Amino acid sequence: MLSLESITKTTQDWLFAKFSPEIALTIECVIVILLCITLFAVLGLVLVLLERKVAARIQIRLGPNRVGPGGIFQTAADTLKLIMKEGLTPDSADKFLFNLAPFVVMMVAMLLLAPIAFAKNFQIWDINIGVLYISAVSSLSVIGILMAGWASNNKYSLLGAMRSGAQIVSYELSAGFAVLTIVVLTGSLRISDIVASQENGWWLFKGHIPVVIAFVLYIIAVTAETNRAPFDLAEAESELTAGFHTEYSGMRFALFFLAEYINIFIVCAIGATLFLGGWMPLHIGHWDGFNHIMDYIPSSVWFMGKTFFLIFVIMWFRWTFPRLRVDQLLNLEWKYLLPISLFNLLLVTVIAIMGWHF
Amino acid sequence: MYNQTEIIKDTTDLGPDGELVINIGPQHPATHGVLHLVVTLNGETIKKIEPHLGYIHRSIEKMCERLSYRQFIYVTSRMDYLSSHINNTACALLIEKGMQIEVPERAKVVRTILNELTRIASHELWIGAMAMDLGAFTPFFYAFRERELITDIMEDTCGARLTMNYIVPGGLMYDIHPNFQTKVKAFVKQFKEKVTEYEDLVTGNVIFQSRTKGVGVLTAEDAISYGCTGPVARASGVSCDMRKIAPYDAYDRVEFDEVIETAGDSFARYIVRIKEMNQSIRIIEQLIDNIPEGEFVGKTKNVLKLNKGEFYQRVETARGEFGVYIVSEGGTTPYRIKFRSPGFSNLSVLDHIAKGSKIGDLMASMGTLDLVIPDIDR
Amino acid sequence: MTNEAIKEYITAKAPTATYDETGEWLNILVESTHFKSLATILNGQPMQMNFLFCLTCVDYTTHLTMVYHMTATKDRNMNIVIKTNLDRANPIIETVSDIWRTAEFHEREVFEMFGVQFANHPDLRRLILEEETAIAVDETKEAVVETKGYWPLRKDFEDPINMIKL
Repeated sequence: MLSLESITKTTQDWLFAKFSPEIALTIECVIVILLCITLFAVLGLVLVLLERKVAARIQIRLGPNRVGPGGIFQTAADTLKLIMKEGLTPDSADKFLFNLAPFVVMMVAMLLLAPIAFAKNFQIWDINIGVLYISAVSSLSVIGILMAGWASNNKYSLLGAMRSGAQIVSYELSAGFAVLTIVVLTGSLRISDIVASQENGWWLFKGHIPVVIAFVLYIIAVTAETNRAPFDLAEAESELTAGFHTEYSGMRFALFFLAEYINIFIVCAIGATLFLGGWMPLHIGHWDGFNHIMDYIPSSVWFMGKTFFLIFVIMWFRWTFPRLRVDQLLNLEWKYLLPISLFNLLLVTVIAIMGWHF
Repeated sequence: MYNQTEIIKDTTDLGPDGELVINIGPQHPATHGVLHLVVTLNGETIKKIEPHLGYIHRSIEKMCERLSYRQFIYVTSRMDYLSSHINNTACALLIEKGMQIEVPERAKVVRTILNELTRIASHELWIGAMAMDLGAFTPFFYAFRERELITDIMEDTCGARLTMNYIVPGGLMYDIHPNFQTKVKAFVKQFKEKVTEYEDLVTGNVIFQSRTKGVGVLTAEDAISYGCTGPVARASGVSCDMRKIAPYDAYDRVEFDEVIETAGDSFARYIVRIKEMNQSIRIIEQLIDNIPEGEFVGKTKNVLKLNKGEFYQRVETARGEFGVYIVSEGGTTPYRIKFRSPGFSNLSVLDHIAKGSKIGDLMASMGTLDLVIPDIDR
Repeated sequence: MTNEAIKEYITAKAPTATYDETGEWLNILVESTHFKSLATILNGQPMQMNFLFCLTCVDYTTHLTMVYHMTATKDRNMNIVIKTNLDRANPIIETVSDIWRTAEFHEREVFEMFGVQFANHPDLRRLILEEETAIAVDETKEAVVETKGYWPLRKDFEDPINMIKL
């Protein structure tokens, strides 16, 4: 069957046969870069439209259905509009940082694409500290947000950025602990090891109680990290501000907007990899017949299916819950989620040592 | 993603203790109307709220001194546009009282049904707007699904969807549409199925409860002193339903409960309105099958003249007690007319209940006060 | 309490009051100087009229009349109307916002529409109209501003922009 793995293998063989190793490597890098950028663009288009359609259906209406069949070109039209808007820079803003901030956020999103395994043997960089790399790089996005808030030279943008920053930094802890749970069970930080260890079943089912707790904590924490409702006070409720991206318009705003949706995709992809098995089909223990049937569905379809399922859940949250106040939000993290995550880590360590998991 | 637009004052304009003064409004997305609040903050805490009114002041009271007694009724539809039938009923009742006009039974019953439908429609819109203020966007659409049914009924019978000029002194302007009864029954049936959705989606939601419980507490003494009426006062334990105190139209022959809660916080105000919707359905159910046959309007002259004297009529709108006070010198136009609007007094309590709380709480309190600004500004 | 009982009680406390029962409710007419004491009496025991539901002013062309409608929450059938006549040229009356807090906004509105001064009001300024409207329209008539002021609901209000006449 034509799989992504075989395509990459044939391409690599052909390139190394035709050119010298250095040039082949360079060409491979260029191809990877182009694919990444294409993936970004396509994902952006798809996710924005998906959000609007999901929102509409939950709100008993139809959503965009005029631009293109079923509204599929809606995002393209929106992007075109944003590109043609005037990109205003406030007078006394710090021009360098102001222009740099959206790119920092985008860069972090792109860097995080590297360790994600989209299909079997289809990973850009299988680093041996994969999970640590993800945690570390995702923390860098806070810099972009604070830069945006500071460089706008607007007191209220700064306050919004500080609030956003505080929120992200707090919820990183819970997310990190949730991720650590899986690392403890697997014994390795490498993404391919983690996915391979789920060959006889996804961790969500194998590592019963502590992993289920960790999964729930992870979903809550990443909703807060990506500034989505019900934790979106920094951008939707203008208590004192209209958010850190108030002063941005035109293309730069489009970049922030896009980066938010890509971030959602990435955290859902990581969640799917760690908890739901990544590209690994649904295998149940040693039921070889069943497992063999499941293997017929290509691994990329499994991966995308799981990721989009988690994305749908996160979008569902947005249209169901009202917003939390800022003190309630931080309360939630520091007084409830953090102790639970610590306790959970202890629990999972005990379970891993005793071997009380499947 | 919505932002409430702010006109941010010059940041060097700090209060005497270095407090920050910000403006909220006058443009709000989809709620309230044009209300301009000047909020003095100390960090996150609110120290003082000052409402600046007048953005939609239309000098209605002065204008009505030139309008005849048949014309001024419909100006009240434009004041509190969500309770238009109820406001019109108040004016019509006053003229009927002043000129001793007989109102036929059919007109009384239909007027009561229309009043209750209007009350439900107003509360539906309020639920949607308040949930949106707090960040839950979906209840708005669910509420409007029910409200559409009511506006369809109104369109059939009265000809308009929002400012319905249908009630005249003496009864109704013309007879009800033949579909009226069937449509109202269908609406009642659908509403009863769907009201549980609101319960699940909004009332039972932990986040919603934690944002409204204990927020904006108003004691009973304060409610009376500030002149609050309607659900705002009933949530603090004050019994003030005009339909029970001074029944008019067909209210004396239907059974319904006056909903009173004692907590006085935003959540109590929310619960009072939800239960009031249920009580309104109860009233409609009792009346819809027994609309008496007969005339739909009493005998009146074309040009009405009130005798010399003073008249006052009170009704219960969706927001509280609405009063019409006319001083007449015996002519065809009122000499002085005063509309006692419920929002005016309810707004004065905002400063009192929001002092010392955070801005997020201000949104919850303001949402549950259910202000309609044209009612306040007149 | 019935109207008779109320009349007896009040005549004992404020002898100068006159009564008018032709309307729907009991109307009491007092002097503006005795008004505040009467209001305090009504608010206290045993009548406890703690709910002031309408505060307005009527311009009879020779004088202004302040009208207060109140009731008691413990006995909703007891409704009283208090009226006070004020001098047109210099209308001053004591504020009741310390007795009934609702009067703060209502008195501000009466001040801006009729020009009635309320003594000891915590914050007496225009509520609905802006100062700029009031001044801008009268800029051309300087002498008029000093003597007349911009009080829209008075009967002798001139309306140069013709906003109100139909």
